[in-house]
Amino acid sequence: MHVWRGDRHVLKGVSFELGSGELLHVTGPNGSGKTTLLRVLTGLLRPEQGRIAWHGEEIAAAPSDYQRALAYASHEPALKSDLSALENLRFLVGLKRRLSTAELTAALQRTGVAHCADLPVRVLSAGQRRRVAMARVLAVQAKLWLLDEPYTNLDVAGTELLSSLLQSHVAAGGMALVVAHHELNVEMARRRLDLA
Amino acid sequence: MPVSAWDVFLLVLRRELTLSFRRPDQLVQPLVFFVIVTTLFPLGLSVQLSLLREMAPAVLWVAALLASLLSLDALFKSDAEDGTLEQLVLSGQGLYVIVVAKTLAHWLVSGAALLLVSPLVATALAIPLAAFPTMLLSLSLGTLTLSWLGAIGAGLTVGLKRGNVLISLIVLPLAMPLLIFGAGATDRAIAGTSALGACYLLAALCVLTCTLAPFAAAAALEVTLE
Repeated sequence: MHVWRGDRHVLKGVSFELGSGELLHVTGPNGSGKTTLLRVLTGLLRPEQGRIAWHGEEIAAAPSDYQRALAYASHEPALKSDLSALENLRFLVGLKRRLSTAELTAALQRTGVAHCADLPVRVLSAGQRRRVAMARVLAVQAKLWLLDEPYTNLDVAGTELLSSLLQSHVAAGGMALVVAHHELNVEMARRRLDLA
Repeated sequence: MPVSAWDVFLLVLRRELTLSFRRPDQLVQPLVFFVIVTTLFPLGLSVQLSLLREMAPAVLWVAALLASLLSLDALFKSDAEDGTLEQLVLSGQGLYVIVVAKTLAHWLVSGAALLLVSPLVATALAIPLAAFPTMLLSLSLGTLTLSWLGAIGAGLTVGLKRGNVLISLIVLPLAMPLLIFGAGATDRAIAGTSALGACYLLAALCVLTCTLAPFAAAAALEVTLE
């Protein structure tokens, strides 16, 4: 696919395939179009040239089906500061599927922020917000994860946790595309796409 | 289990109302603005009840329109800033339902709240008690229509830093029919004649905007997100 932003040719002929149980690590210097690539893959942005297909069908043909199968974690954690972590999750995950509070609490527990469930997001640290955002990705139970710099603001334990979550998601037949500057600390086969 | 459109509607509505009540300042500001602007007129005009009564519908309506506009800027902006808007678009649910729920929530905390304080303001403007039902009916239709129109403006300006003035420039010309029929209905009610015609027209405008505006606003949001 090719994407222009104004006069700038941001994605110059990027092409790849991702199958079940595969992890793709997208790297590249600042401004090389990593976030643009993710936004194109979500369907938020349409490529000027080329196509994106999900199960062989172009995503624009059935956007709702595709969007239900994906979990996107952008730079921003997409949390409302006036709502508690649990309320945020109940809303964002609730848009995609029906689930109980117990399931949400379990997701928060897996990312190590269960103790913050009832606190307003305003008082959480940047790292804790990132963990809550990760709990959302987990709770959605989507097949495809699109993660934009998920390691930002995470401490050492958080980094390890995220790597293990990625690993178990992919091992269970999921697919993940991760934009990250540094190496992914996962013990499994992964592909790499360098946008430089 | 899949989520139905009705679930999404309730989910968004509940969340918007919760957020509004967690931020009471945003709730109260338009109301205070409405009360202050309308009470300035009796203070500024000479003490002639007939003159005040003649101007009352226009004053009431202009103040209501401006007060509703005050909070429109935030309709989609805060969601766009913290990344929630992207998640809403990517939820796999039609953006139409989400826009309808958000706009209705906006009306409940702005327009409907204005209705609650409007009897107080109407008394200050010497509007007779007999005209209150018509005034309330026309104001409820008018503010609801304005919220739908405002959703289009808010959708178009969501990506701009200072979209507030632009929203007014987009929405106010579209709101002119509301002012004409709304103030007309209140005027007739004060005069003691039938205001049904103007109310029917307001209702027609409300139906027109509530069915079409969410499509326009959803399309505007999708474009601005690109």
